[in-house]
Order: sequence, then structure tokens, then C-alpha cells
Amino acid sequence: MSMLRLQDVNVFYGDFQALFDISFDVNEGDLFAVIGANGAGKSTMLRTIAGAMQPKSGKVLFEGEEINGISAHKRVDMGISLVPEGRRVFPSLTVRENLQVGAFSRRKGDWNVDTVVDLFPLLKPLLKRQAASLSGGEQQALAIGRALMANPRLLLLDEVSLGLAPVVIKAIYEAMVTLPDRGMTVLVVEQDVQHVLTVAGHVACFLEGRISLEGEPSELSPDAITRAYFGM
Amino acid sequence: MDWVNVTIQGILLGGLYALFAVGLSLVFGVMRIVNLAHGDLGILAAFIALFFVQWLGLGVLWSSLLSIVLMIGIGYVLQRGLLNFTLGTDDTRPILVTFGLSVIIQNALLMGFSADTQGLKAGGITAESIEITDRLAIGWYPLMIFIAAIIIIVALQLFLANTRMGRAFRATSDDRDAAELMGINNRHIYSLAMAIALGVVAIAGILMGIRTTFDPTQGQFNLIFAFEAVIMGGMGSLWGTLAGGMLLGVSQTLGAQAFGSEWALFTGHIVFLAVLAFRPQGFFAKTVTA
Repeated sequence: MSMLRLQDVNVFYGDFQALFDISFDVNEGDLFAVIGANGAGKSTMLRTIAGAMQPKSGKVLFEGEEINGISAHKRVDMGISLVPEGRRVFPSLTVRENLQVGAFSRRKGDWNVDTVVDLFPLLKPLLKRQAASLSGGEQQALAIGRALMANPRLLLLDEVSLGLAPVVIKAIYEAMVTLPDRGMTVLVVEQDVQHVLTVAGHVACFLEGRISLEGEPSELSPDAITRAYFGM
Repeated sequence: MDWVNVTIQGILLGGLYALFAVGLSLVFGVMRIVNLAHGDLGILAAFIALFFVQWLGLGVLWSSLLSIVLMIGIGYVLQRGLLNFTLGTDDTRPILVTFGLSVIIQNALLMGFSADTQGLKAGGITAESIEITDRLAIGWYPLMIFIAAIIIIVALQLFLANTRMGRAFRATSDDRDAAELMGINNRHIYSLAMAIALGVVAIAGILMGIRTTFDPTQGQFNLIFAFEAVIMGGMGSLWGTLAGGMLLGVSQTLGAQAFGSEWALFTGHIVFLAVLAFRPQGFFAKTVTA
């Protein structure tokens, strides 16, 4: 079943068009990766799905229903959570409080402070610390855990590996691949192609606001991906 | 003994200033709006209570409770229907709109109630006092105001620290866009913050109206006292606001004792300027950045 469908979505920043007729399907239980260079429109696409931006034309369908015009906070209630670029943890709140705020929507499900700590054991000794004092990798784990607290059906991850040490990226990816088995559909955006292609079941490459390549990673040659990524 | 007496009066007066300041501090903390109509809204609450007393014949207590409830509602509607639309890129817009609101409230009160000073009469309670020695007495009523200030600050602290909504307030204050992504409707949060702020300033305005007298133009002075209490105490700290209010109150009463009552406001402002010069962040400032 299609969990998320984009149909001919066009998004603008004022007069500047960021996305051109974007269409794709994400099936339930997928780990779907969107790759592309800086400025290709990946984050804009995620923000449109999360409701932080509205398309000028085209449709966004979630579980078969059109969600255009629904505000971001209501989409969380419906089961769409976004881990924003740059982590955006609440700096003055403790780690535990950040997680509690993540559960604001009161959606039912398996995720709570304990299960998040099980997924990211590095957070366990930090629960009472202020989020501002955490390292980048710790903040990223917290940001993902915070989004999970809403028990989403669809989890959107924006550049989770950006600026992190390889060992931390590894830990975050190991946690990420377990999520589809726990009833979640994951849409991840990355500039760094290497890691994400080893875990994704499906990949779409964005180039200047358009999809330049789409398929299963195993079927795509490295050359084709390079051309689609850089537009050569 | 007079000096001890005067100091105690000043501390208790500080409780009233803190009550005026708490809502200002909360609103600034949550949504970075400086509400220039804050003092006038407190005076408006006193006039609404007076209206209920004079025209409906209700007692002061019921009139006051009705006025407070009404102000809470006004706070929510005012934020949701007007002030939320001023938020965004330009910081001057909410300042201009609340300044306009201040002018409108003052003039509406002048038209409705004239420029006469008014009072809310609460019977004997305002005159009673506890005698500690024959030269030292603490008025029951100022003490009650001070205790009310402490109760309200404790309640607000507990709300902000321990409840789901309180955490949502703090999260919105830290990063409103990220809070929205957690399912928090920031327009609702802002409106709740304004509702709480106006509920507290209504209590302050009414308690002041019972303590002394009030007139339509008095809101601007209360606004200045509230600002001074918040800034001396340090942004973001409610206990700091209480400390700032106490310092301002003591500065005023000691100034009046030393130089005569016409100097009270002046010495209060001088102490405020001194704090601003030597400790501009205030005494208990709490700010965290990512």
C-alpha cells in the first residue's frame, strides 16, 4: 500500500521554484532514500510533506488522503514526524524533557523514554542534562528519539549524518534500519550517498528540483547515480 | 525602628510590583513580545471590577473574580485574534500594536469613567495590621498581596517545570518551528500565555485598586515599575522578578523616608539605572543558547 504519494508537486520560495512536478510513491514499511546535492530541493520536499511549506500545485497524499493545507502540528497528530535539518533540539530543556515534548501529540504506540533509550543507549546517562550541552551526535540521537516519541507512521529524516563522526553515523544508521520492522515507514534525505545506499530499499535522486533517477539501489550502477547526482 | 518598618513596607510593596511584572515576563519569555499595554490592562481589570460593583451591585470579591475570569478570556482572544498576526519578521509591529492598544484602553476608560481617581473598597481588611512592637506593625493587606505574589510565582514555576503544557511553553520559547513539528500549535500556546499573563495582571490591578486608588492613566506607571522589576531580576526568572520588585519597592520607600515622599519614584528609578549600569543582565538571568 502507498503510505505517501506526491503527485506533480510544485513548490516555490516567492518567485523561485524549488520543486518541479515531483511525483513518487513511498510504500508502507519502506526505507526510502532521497539523495542529491546541496540545493537540489530535498529539504524543501521534506518540509512540504511535514506541512511546514505548502505546494503551489500538486497533491500530497498520506495513507490515500490528500493532506494539502493541513498545518504541520496537525500532521504530527496524523502520524507524520520530521527530524529537521540541524537537529533543532530544545536547548534549555533537559534530554528527558525534549523527549517528553516529542510525545506532546499523545499518539498511542510503543515509543516512550525507555524504548528510545534502548534504541540509543548513549542517551541513558544524559537524561538529566540540558540539551544545549550535548555533542552533535548526541543531539542527533535525541532529535530522532524525540520524533519517535510521537509514534509516527511516517518518519522523515533530514540530513541525519551531516557533520557527525563516522562512528556516530554508524550507530544512527544501525538504529534506523530497525525502524521499518517496528511498523514505521522511513523517508530519509542525505547528501552523503555512501551510507544510505547500503540500507535503503528504494532511492530517488534529486537534481535542481527534479527527480533525475529512481529505483532500487541494487539495480542502479554507480555511474548512473553519479550522473544523476551531479547532472553530467 | 522606623527604618526597619519602612524597609518591610518596601518589601511588601515589591510583591505588588512583581505581580504586575510576572505576566510581562512570561509573555516576553514565550513569544518575545513586549506588551506595552500590560499596565493598562491591569488597570482595565480594576475598572471592570468597579463596574460590576457600581452597576450590578455585586460585592468586591465576586466582582473581582468575574473581572479576572473576563481578563483571562480577553487575553486569549486578544492574542489569537490580533497579536498573533503581528508576529513574524518585524519586531516593531507588536510594539506598535500594543502601544496603540494602550492608548485606546486609556482613552476608553477616560470616556467611560472620567479622569477621577477611583477605589475598590474591601472593608476593614485594608486597615488591620499585626503589631510586632509598638513602633513596628505589618499591615495584613500588604502581607496578603505579598503572599499572593509568592503563591502565583510558585504555581507558575510548577506549571512550567512539570506539566505537559508547561514544557510546551518552554519548547515554543526555545524554537517555535521545531515545537510546531512536535505537534504544538504555537498560536494556541501564545494565546494561553497571554491569557495567563492577563489573569495575573488583573489580580495585580484589582489588589492595587483595593490598596490605594487608581485612575485611567495609571497603567503606564505600572508598566514602568513592571519593566524595572523584570530587568533588575533578570530575564526569564520569575523569582528574579520578585527580587527585582522587592528591590524597587524598598528603594522607593527608603527614598521617601530619607528625602520625603516626593522622592520615592526618583530613588526607585536611580537604583534601577544603577543596576542597569553595573549588572545589565539582572541578578538572576537565565538564558540558554544552542
